[in-house]
Amino acid sequence: MEEIIRVENLTFEYSTDESLIATKALDNVSFSIEKGSFTAIIGRNGSGKSTLAKHLNALLLPVEGRVLVGGIDTADSSKLWNIRQRVGMVFQNPDNQLVSAIVEDDVAFGPENLGIEPAQIRERVDAALDAVNMYAHRKKAPHLLSGGQKQRIAIAGVIAMEPECIVFDEPTAMLDPSGRKAVMDIIEKLHDKGITVILITHFMDEAAKADRIIIMDKGRIALDGTPQEIFLNADKVRELNLELPLGADIADRLRKAGIDVPQNIIEAEEMVEFLCRLK
Amino acid sequence: MSIEVNSLTHIYSSGTPYRSVALSDVSFTLQDREIVGIIGRTGSGKSTLLQHLNGLLKATSGTVKVGDTEITAPKTPLREIRQRVGLVFQYPEYQLFEETVAKDVAFGPMNLGLSKEETDRRVREALALVGLDYDEFAMRSPFELSGGQKRRVAIAGVVAMKPQVLILDEPTAGLDPKARADVIEMVRRIHESEGNTTIFVSHNMMDIAVLSDTVMVMHDGKLVRKGTPKEVFSAAEELEEMGLALPPATAFLQKLRKEGFLEELSVAFTPEAAAGEVLRQLQREK
Amino acid sequence: MIRDITLGQYYPGESWIHRLDARVKLVATLLFIVGLFLVDDYPGFICPVLGTILVISMARVPVSYMLRGLTPVFFIIVLTFIINMFMITGKVLVYLGPLTITYEGLQTAVFMALRLILLIVGSSVLTLTTKPVSLTEGMERLLAPLKKIGVPAHELAMMMTIALRFIPTLLDETDKIMKAQMARGADFESGNIFARAKSLIPLLVPLFISAFRIAQDLAMAMESRCYHGDVGRTHMHVMKLAARDYISIAAFIIFFAAIIFEKIYF
Repeated sequence: MEEIIRVENLTFEYSTDESLIATKALDNVSFSIEKGSFTAIIGRNGSGKSTLAKHLNALLLPVEGRVLVGGIDTADSSKLWNIRQRVGMVFQNPDNQLVSAIVEDDVAFGPENLGIEPAQIRERVDAALDAVNMYAHRKKAPHLLSGGQKQRIAIAGVIAMEPECIVFDEPTAMLDPSGRKAVMDIIEKLHDKGITVILITHFMDEAAKADRIIIMDKGRIALDGTPQEIFLNADKVRELNLELPLGADIADRLRKAGIDVPQNIIEAEEMVEFLCRLK
Repeated sequence: MSIEVNSLTHIYSSGTPYRSVALSDVSFTLQDREIVGIIGRTGSGKSTLLQHLNGLLKATSGTVKVGDTEITAPKTPLREIRQRVGLVFQYPEYQLFEETVAKDVAFGPMNLGLSKEETDRRVREALALVGLDYDEFAMRSPFELSGGQKRRVAIAGVVAMKPQVLILDEPTAGLDPKARADVIEMVRRIHESEGNTTIFVSHNMMDIAVLSDTVMVMHDGKLVRKGTPKEVFSAAEELEEMGLALPPATAFLQKLRKEGFLEELSVAFTPEAAAGEVLRQLQREK
Repeated sequence: MIRDITLGQYYPGESWIHRLDARVKLVATLLFIVGLFLVDDYPGFICPVLGTILVISMARVPVSYMLRGLTPVFFIIVLTFIINMFMITGKVLVYLGPLTITYEGLQTAVFMALRLILLIVGSSVLTLTTKPVSLTEGMERLLAPLKKIGVPAHELAMMMTIALRFIPTLLDETDKIMKAQMARGADFESGNIFARAKSLIPLLVPLFISAFRIAQDLAMAMESRCYHGDVGRTHMHVMKLAARDYISIAAFIIFFAAIIFEKIYF
């Protein structure tokens, strides 16, 4: 498989004015992301996952090590717009990332910056709004929309730039359950369409939908593997103060009580199926 | 302190094309020292209801009685209401403004006109209750703390007013699982130590189920159900119609009953308890 | 509630005037104001008054809605009227203690008031029939040629766009913070002016912090969407003059010529 992002020995430090001691937000992190994959990066607040996300499209540059996007070093400032076009980013706060007072103008913002022809921008905007099921709201003002709807507009704004990869930086943290579900459905749909997805989250049930999970802790990678591999390591996950998806959680408890539960059970439905077969 | 709400109705922008009914004919009674969880979709009227309980919004009609004071009566001194009913808003850390944690927490007590000594005592007590060490945090700027710590400081700011009714609007919104569990634990701790009536809103059904004595369900500005967590979360279909979910563990057990694995429906709210029910069933079969 | 404040005073519609290109409306409004200052006698107002009535009737904005928007400036009109009426010397009509109303004073007062009313009504037609966003866009395009001499046309337009987008958000935020502090016993309404100013600190500090947070988040979001100023940037909306616009321009030229003609020959 072709890789789209490579992170090599990435270290990043924040230095605050008051203490001259720099705190390491990222400490020697290395991994690569395959084209078309769906990776979840999960960890507690302050684990370094958002700092990591901001390195993937050159919003932050490494103090040590390097980040490559399609072979281009993110420190190469002459390729900055190329990198940001290829790797789009959706942020946590749905309110603070929309620029225009009209939905469709906001979605057009990225393509306009890329210098796309007007007629083509129109096409892209309509298609992107359609992809997030917000076409009917295209003339509205963002402040009249719900959090989930605003977040979908933000996603449309990134889709309209036709990136190869989208980094979602805790896109559901500020949403209610229905908004969360709508956004997660769209993320999965985008992945199905072949877009490389990197989802930063602290909800394990969202991470479980990915085909790879990287758990961050104190600026380092604590665990890296398929959901199945990760959840078999239940004690370690709990130790890192993260919750397991319900199916995996119950599976772990049953295993500890001496019941032989297959390794591939993650979701609650799978657990129900297994138990019914057991009976 | 008990609360009595009678046919409370609130209409926004009455008399304009934007008129919307946020609360319609809501009535209920809460006992002293209850913990009450409120659930409902965004826009179902939860926040509007909370703001009536401490007089921030004026009812279009209906009455609210806290203890023996009718706070909807004209000329009820607001200070007296605010002293009895503390309200912690969503994302309360956005209201911090003082130079130090101690000063910020002192803002409420000072507004109540308490003496310097009494205020200081309350600040120490409140910080201890929210789990922040006074010596470590009191003199720090609230703006250099972590998200979870900021939220604790903000909650301490209301707790320091020693309200007999403490209301929290989505106290765990935006927090990671560990911080969420800590805040829930903290709410319980404050409730036990202060002996207050606690009302909180959450979208996390497990937190609601585990913490509440009583659950109230809001839908389209109406109070549609009020009961113990067990009662409310047994009506899965009714909740689903309103776009609300069960705690995942509860839903799991219902599914097992439906598929015939469980011989009788048992209600549990946590993964731990659900696993226990499954094991019990398996042992029974052996 | 604070969010009831509507921004700008755009009145949604699909009239001829609504559908005109924002640039045409901007330039016309500007020239209309210049025209008003060219007028130096009462007959000179015939054209502007008729033109204004025609445009208002075409815009199909209810007059009551329009007048409601005028109430804040009503005071200024009255003030101008009174000052002119009392301050100009000439043939005395009425004695009011130390003050006098003169024939010349009354005439100038009516004249100035009329000019002011036309000015305000005329320019409010622009804001009533043009969305703030289109107005911003039109302004950016009109100023574009001036970029060469250092007028930051794009930057100004971007600032206006962001302001339009975030004013409702900040009003909401103000409402929220105010309520949160009131719940902590803050009192924004009583006390003398110093006490009141001091009581605003718990509101203003969080509000500023919030505004800075928004600015920081937004800057990051704009950068990650490849924003790098005006260079190489295109626009989704192609602003192209339609037949409607050309007809309106022609009509306006005739109208403006009539004002000048009146000034020179009568």
